[in-house]
Amino acid sequence: MVISKTLLRILKSGFQSFWRNYWLTTATVAIMILALLGIAGLALFNVMTQAVVANLENRVDISVYFNTDTDEAKILSIRQELVELNEVKSVDYVSQEEALKRFQERHKDNPVLMQSLQELESNPLEASLNIKARNATQYEAIANYLAQDRFQGAIDKINFNQNKEIIARLTRLTGNIQNGGLLISVFLGLLAMLVSFNTIRLTMFNWRDEISVMRLVGASNWFIRGPFLVEGIIYGVVSAAATLLLIYPILYVISPKVTSFLSGVDLLYFYQSNFWQFLLLLLGVGVALGGVSSLIAIRRYLRS
Amino acid sequence: MIIFQNISKIYDGCTALDRVNFAIKPKEFISLAGPSGAGKSTVFKLLIGEEQPTKGKIFLDKQNIHLINNSNLPQLRRKIGMVFQDFRLLSDRTAYENVAFAMEVAGAADREIEQDVPQLLELVGLLDKLNQFPHQLSGGEKQRVAIARALIHRPSVILADEPTGNLDLLNTWDIIRLLMKINELGTTVILATHDREVINNLGRRVITLDKGRIIRDEEDGRYIL
Repeated sequence: MVISKTLLRILKSGFQSFWRNYWLTTATVAIMILALLGIAGLALFNVMTQAVVANLENRVDISVYFNTDTDEAKILSIRQELVELNEVKSVDYVSQEEALKRFQERHKDNPVLMQSLQELESNPLEASLNIKARNATQYEAIANYLAQDRFQGAIDKINFNQNKEIIARLTRLTGNIQNGGLLISVFLGLLAMLVSFNTIRLTMFNWRDEISVMRLVGASNWFIRGPFLVEGIIYGVVSAAATLLLIYPILYVISPKVTSFLSGVDLLYFYQSNFWQFLLLLLGVGVALGGVSSLIAIRRYLRS
Repeated sequence: MIIFQNISKIYDGCTALDRVNFAIKPKEFISLAGPSGAGKSTVFKLLIGEEQPTKGKIFLDKQNIHLINNSNLPQLRRKIGMVFQDFRLLSDRTAYENVAFAMEVAGAADREIEQDVPQLLELVGLLDKLNQFPHQLSGGEKQRVAIARALIHRPSVILADEPTGNLDLLNTWDIIRLLMKINELGTTVILATHDREVINNLGRRVITLDKGRIIRDEEDGRYIL
């Protein structure tokens, strides 16, 4: 009974302080909105880098070319073997006829090539398997698998060796992008938190006289701390709500530009479909930031 | 009953109080006189447990103040009402809320608060300014709010630290009369001031401090330095 009454008073006092000191409230909330926007931006940035990496990885594959005398059944059995490997995501079979068709399609404006092709009696193009790995680091293993003796008669060449350098570089690059993004995220996140924390500390500094008055009137430490904690949490909730709303117009402008640059990345759609996760993230960070900052900031005024 | 037993207080080698002894009987009105820096405020800080004496003992109603642990200090402070030169009101709360706050911290019931706060504000003559914020009140009015707040727990002692230091002559006497009225109603009042006029016109006991020592302690005293 006494506890609930005290709690009610603490809550009321916290809300009152939030409303009555609207100028201070506005400034603090504005800073926290910036911090939370930064954090949301980083989450979206991570989505973008992941899309870029996935996009690049998709473009890498290795092709195995078979001697023209290898029969189709043999190739298909090799394909089946490959599909069963853990590292392999997909294997596409391109038959000799298919290869010829694609070649003709690609070079139909080149009469010299077309003519020389017609003069040949048989189809000079080789059947091939295009292999995609689940992960860019796995191409080496797949290439090694195909280098076994039992495939030697059938396989003419594997283009992995030509692509080796590019694949290695890509592997490094995607790793770097992801690590770099993480590092920047952590750094900017810390920065945002420090700025918010400091702002709340300054707000508290403003209240140091009031706090000493409360103590002199006989308020217990929790009775003093409570309203400030409540106020800090309200800062967090309001900032999170404002940030969630602000992201909409920002993404509305930015998202089409990103999509035109990186096809397949629709940030606005991503935001909308992950709205609840964003809500939880921002609310969690905001409330923790506001509440913890308040508690730490007020501690020094409550000593002795 | 307040007893200071051989109290010394030294801040970083600087002596604020030097072997001070006195006793104050219940319902007494006593002035602590002396220039700034004489140690008047230190006496108050020791009494409310904000500072620890370097030497000696202080008793309030037979309780040794400096054996009270931190978590029980709020209880002690509710027994003592304090009034300051700079009023020390909560700036974002109305007159009513400032007084009510002191009751809220003690866990008083809402009904009690709604009943007591207007009564006290009536006693100090501010019933018509209940909902004004401190910045909307004059100095004298702020001090009355502070006095009402100090009285809310029906304390046995009121400590008034230069309560008229920021007020004009008219308001000064209003406040002093208010303190005397409170004293007549049965509360011990300790008034620290360096206002010669006030002390000489009170005709009550005066303890004069200078450089941390008691140099005079007389009934019906005067401010003489």
